[in-house]
Amino acid sequence: MIEVRFHGRGGQGGVTSAEMLAIAAINEGKYAQAFPSFGPERRGAPVIAFARVSDRKIRNRTKVYHPDIVVVLDPSVLKIVNVEDGLKEDGVLVINSAKSVAELRQDYGFKTALARVDATRIAMEELGLPITNTTMLGALVKANGLIAVDSLVGPLEHRFGRIAARNIKAMQRAYQETEVAGKE
Amino acid sequence: MAKRIGIEVSLGISEAVKLANVDAIAAYPITPQTHIVEHLSELVADGELDAAFIPVESEHSAMSVCAGTAAAGARTYTATSSQGLALMNEILFIIPALRLPIVMTLANRSLSGPISIWNDHSDLMSVRDTGWISLFAENGQEAFDLTLQSFRIAEDRRVMLPINVNIDGFTLSHVIEPHEFLSQEEVDAFLPPYEPIIQLNPDKPVSMGMVGIPEIYFEAKKAQDVALIESKKVIKEVFQDFGDRFGRYYDFIEPYRAEGAEVLLLTMGSISETAMEAIDLMRDQQGKKVGLLRLRLWRPFPNEELRQLLSGVGALGVVDRAVSYAGAGAPVATEIRSALYNCESKPYIASFIAGLGGRDVTIEDFVTMADLTVEMAAKKEVHEYKMIGVRE
Repeated sequence: MIEVRFHGRGGQGGVTSAEMLAIAAINEGKYAQAFPSFGPERRGAPVIAFARVSDRKIRNRTKVYHPDIVVVLDPSVLKIVNVEDGLKEDGVLVINSAKSVAELRQDYGFKTALARVDATRIAMEELGLPITNTTMLGALVKANGLIAVDSLVGPLEHRFGRIAARNIKAMQRAYQETEVAGKE
Repeated sequence: MAKRIGIEVSLGISEAVKLANVDAIAAYPITPQTHIVEHLSELVADGELDAAFIPVESEHSAMSVCAGTAAAGARTYTATSSQGLALMNEILFIIPALRLPIVMTLANRSLSGPISIWNDHSDLMSVRDTGWISLFAENGQEAFDLTLQSFRIAEDRRVMLPINVNIDGFTLSHVIEPHEFLSQEEVDAFLPPYEPIIQLNPDKPVSMGMVGIPEIYFEAKKAQDVALIESKKVIKEVFQDFGDRFGRYYDFIEPYRAEGAEVLLLTMGSISETAMEAIDLMRDQQGKKVGLLRLRLWRPFPNEELRQLLSGVGALGVVDRAVSYAGAGAPVATEIRSALYNCESKPYIASFIAGLGGRDVTIEDFVTMADLTVEMAAKKEVHEYKMIGVRE
């Protein structure tokens, strides 16, 4: 089982990221869960969402305490939230940042495997909005191939309707552009 | 086997209600139940479900409207949580007394105060004695299946009682997970149209909800109690038929790895799934002879079935999700102690309260409770209840 925690800010669509991942995995015939950090929606506040993906039926219904993957949708939460909290030793941090892997390691002391992509830039270019939830799905799948990148297309089409094509392009661009570095 | 679809548990329940082809829905939004009725209102507005969706100004009115539509012979559904259920309280007692087969989803949420939108079972426990049938789902598939089965149980002429189907708020209601839906043909073959025995109809006037003078009130209450006890037969029948048709079998109490267990835990609702993971850990990696009983039917309480399952068991740890303040035990544990008190062979019973107001009940918590049950049983410790996972 692979457990994922998404960090973003309320309104940025982190819950949608978790949902799209779970639905794509279920469509592949896997088992999956996605759920928000249950609570009232708080626009702009740091929020988290969770997902689990497994080949077997998932029974654990607690929050994810020891994720295999942590996805950071908004670089500004890096300064206020310990995104590495509970991350497994062989886990991977997937970060939206304009900074290089080396700069991120220097600024935040990250030792784990690290994937980074400038998702905000991609989102601005493709969607015209700094909303990175779909873009970061591409980065996530690049960092850990828990599902096939093509499996995201169907769920995104279903969810986003007329703006689906742009979101799919942003996701696919992030999959191409994400830089992955092993742990130090 | 149907294809598994990834969908939010709340929307899966809406789908079941649609497949049941209900005639009337009256509801007031309250977190974490809202997504269910929100989606139903969309289905009605889009013409996918031919039903009257009646928005109301409060839950008291929601249940009052449901009483009216059910009395008029309409298949009736509603959903609520917590404070909403509390506001319905007055009407909840009247529904089973009038023998109205309403189905209600209860997305379990703690009661204020402090204000909490998160999950525990204090809302259901506050309406324990209203005379409804109460079922618990552990996951989205069960929520879907039990919702459909509830209409058939409730409307069976041998039952004619309302049912609340309990799903844990947020930990179930807001989770996206795999579901296998049934087709309209399959549901239609399983669930016949509702045919009321009597109904409010201006052309054939009847009176419902009359005064019960001392010469008749007691008999009316006895009849209601007998009906609830007797409903167990129909519940069993419907569970069996559903299993035979669709391959998913349900029971009043479902044991998990209970064979040869020296100690059993007992849970209700979605924490049962986490508890199964804990049992696997304790059995396979820690060599402990631990098993689990998952209680699905809370009312009518399965007294006889519990006595059979617990005969010869050394110790039982009951995990409650509600407090009966300063009582003799937590609600479920008190019930089980009471059901077994006069039996010759009965286990030591520890009563635990865990996961109030959305506090996670983790695998480690279940290991703690299993170990504590063994220790307390060895010392024959007399106690009311212990709270687990709370800061002192």
